[in-house]
Amino acid sequence: MTPLSGYLLVSALLFCIGLAGALTRRNAIMVLIGIELMLNAANLNFIAFWRFSEHPETQTGLMFALFSIAIAAAEAAVGLALIITIYRHFRTANVDKVEAMKG
Amino acid sequence: MAEVFQAIDQFPVTLKTWLLGHAAGVMPEWALPLLSAALSITPILAVFPLLFALTTVIERKGLGRIQNRRGPNRVGIPLTNIRLAGFGQFIADGIKSLTKEDIVPRSADKVVHFLAPIALLIPVLLTYSVLPFGRNMVPLDLPQTGLLFFFALGASTELSVFMAGWSSRNKYSLLGAMRAIAQMVSYEIPLILSALTVVMIAGTLSLSGIVESQAEVRFGFLHSWHLFTPWGLVGFFLFLTAAAAEANRTPFDLPEAESEIIAGYFTEYSGFKFAIFFLAEYLGLFAMCGLGITLFLGGWLPPFKFLGFIPSWCWFLGKLVALILLFIWLRGTLPRLRTDQLMGFAWKFLLPMTLINLFVAGLWHLSVTSVPMTVRWIGGFALLAIPYWLLGRGFEAKVGKREYRFAN
Amino acid sequence: MTLSFAILAGLTVGSAVAAMSLRNLVHCALGLVLTFAGLAGLYLQLNAEFVGFTQILVYVGAVAILIVFAILLTRGTEPANEPAAVSPWAGLPVAVLAFLAMAAAVLASPVGKRLAAPVPEVSVKTLGQKLMTDYVLPLEVLALLLTAAMLGAVIIAMKDKEDLQ
Repeated sequence: MTPLSGYLLVSALLFCIGLAGALTRRNAIMVLIGIELMLNAANLNFIAFWRFSEHPETQTGLMFALFSIAIAAAEAAVGLALIITIYRHFRTANVDKVEAMKG
Repeated sequence: MAEVFQAIDQFPVTLKTWLLGHAAGVMPEWALPLLSAALSITPILAVFPLLFALTTVIERKGLGRIQNRRGPNRVGIPLTNIRLAGFGQFIADGIKSLTKEDIVPRSADKVVHFLAPIALLIPVLLTYSVLPFGRNMVPLDLPQTGLLFFFALGASTELSVFMAGWSSRNKYSLLGAMRAIAQMVSYEIPLILSALTVVMIAGTLSLSGIVESQAEVRFGFLHSWHLFTPWGLVGFFLFLTAAAAEANRTPFDLPEAESEIIAGYFTEYSGFKFAIFFLAEYLGLFAMCGLGITLFLGGWLPPFKFLGFIPSWCWFLGKLVALILLFIWLRGTLPRLRTDQLMGFAWKFLLPMTLINLFVAGLWHLSVTSVPMTVRWIGGFALLAIPYWLLGRGFEAKVGKREYRFAN
Repeated sequence: MTLSFAILAGLTVGSAVAAMSLRNLVHCALGLVLTFAGLAGLYLQLNAEFVGFTQILVYVGAVAILIVFAILLTRGTEPANEPAAVSPWAGLPVAVLAFLAMAAAVLASPVGKRLAAPVPEVSVKTLGQKLMTDYVLPLEVLALLLTAAMLGAVIIAMKDKEDLQ
């Protein structure tokens, strides 16, 4: 059996990979992918804590993960729509080049 | 007599337990689950690709008859004069596609191009693991999540379509992939919503549980298939329409409309890889038909109780073949839709109809004890027929009369 | 640590690294899909079947498709001569520090040594009943959010009227 710390370490590693990507990549879509990875890492934590909790029958962790999946889907849709609009306007999806506040 | 019929019905199950029992003495402990899995997988891998091979011949012959020609009728057993009415054709086709040169475009993304057909075939094959093929014959019974498993794998095929279209570096491939993904995403919603009615009534996501929920006998002879209810009848046709779109069958075969974009996302595939795409597409269609049978047509149950002596797996296969023939007939009859018509049909007609159907199924379930049967039937059909008529009219008005700009 | 956990964890982390470090954006998206699949496998290992299959349905079937569509619609944004990432010295130390802090906390905590209780009785039925009773308010708020997000995404991404003419 794997102890809880195994899952937590995988989750922490995933979170930091997403963080590093979101901080270093130039393309806005890559930043979004990094944020998705971080959200997924949080989800893994919810499920792992639910499974290893003393009262798994309350299913709170499962509920939290389900809601978080639904919210992540909404977030991805809006985020990508924003990126496409920015691309139309500035002709680039590079976050460093999108710096003009006006028109 | 009844024991003989039951023995034939359960023959695959008893064979498996017999083999496992004999292997238990010879093989080590850890290998037994693997052997059990292999014994469940082998029949699936034998039956359905064979069915695919026969379907290709039947489809070509059937389409030929519909188009007033004969179709393949030459190839029989090699080196003899026996022709088998052309049913050896699939062997010749198979040898041809195996020996053909495998061409990969120079600018293609080689790794993704190679992985795409595999990534398509694996989820399609996995969907078969939850289908109940007969009484006690489910390779992987997921009592909590069977249907969700099926839809999750069905949704992951979209990505392999994208992989194929994008990696080919060909505009027709990419256009075909984009069309296919847009279509599959749009039709997935009515597909899942129409299946949801059955889940609501049966109260389970397990596919074998859904079959058992239809086992009740009415009027002394009729099994209560979900098809024999207003919402089930409408739901079945909505499901079938969405399934045809999901499997890229005519009239929804725009992703591979050869008159516009050559062969869509598998334009740049040849030889064995093309054969895998072809196989995966048909296996996907069979799996969809199998799901439709399980949800609405009573799975492996016979329609009438007195026909129960025929083995359960024969009923499943018989219904499957009937649905395949229906799809061949549709292919020979209906013309292809336009892209805007296709999208409009999914979002403006199928989606509202499935939502209304869900509502009707809920009413049906709530009025089980309180309302007499005839009222429920008439009410259910009225609630479905009126929106159908209104939506259908609105849809026709939008499409309008076709103008031929260059012909007039 | 079991073999299946090691394989799944390796797949998840390895493909996440690939998703964040490859040059080609589509390859990154495909790496992300592998990560999602690996996570679904980990959920299955944790007896959360329903969430695992929902993960595949939503992430592989919808979010990944959205991402590849967005990549294709904003093509040509990363010229070949330009580095794909800003200097790694900006983000990497932060990430490594964050990981070290979290790993230290996890390894120090007594909770981390805990082994799983016997498989809990989870049925989709009780999950649904909970959604309709205890969690009905979050569910309705989520429904509202999804509707608003859908309308918002369509309106944001729709072409301006002047563009169409």
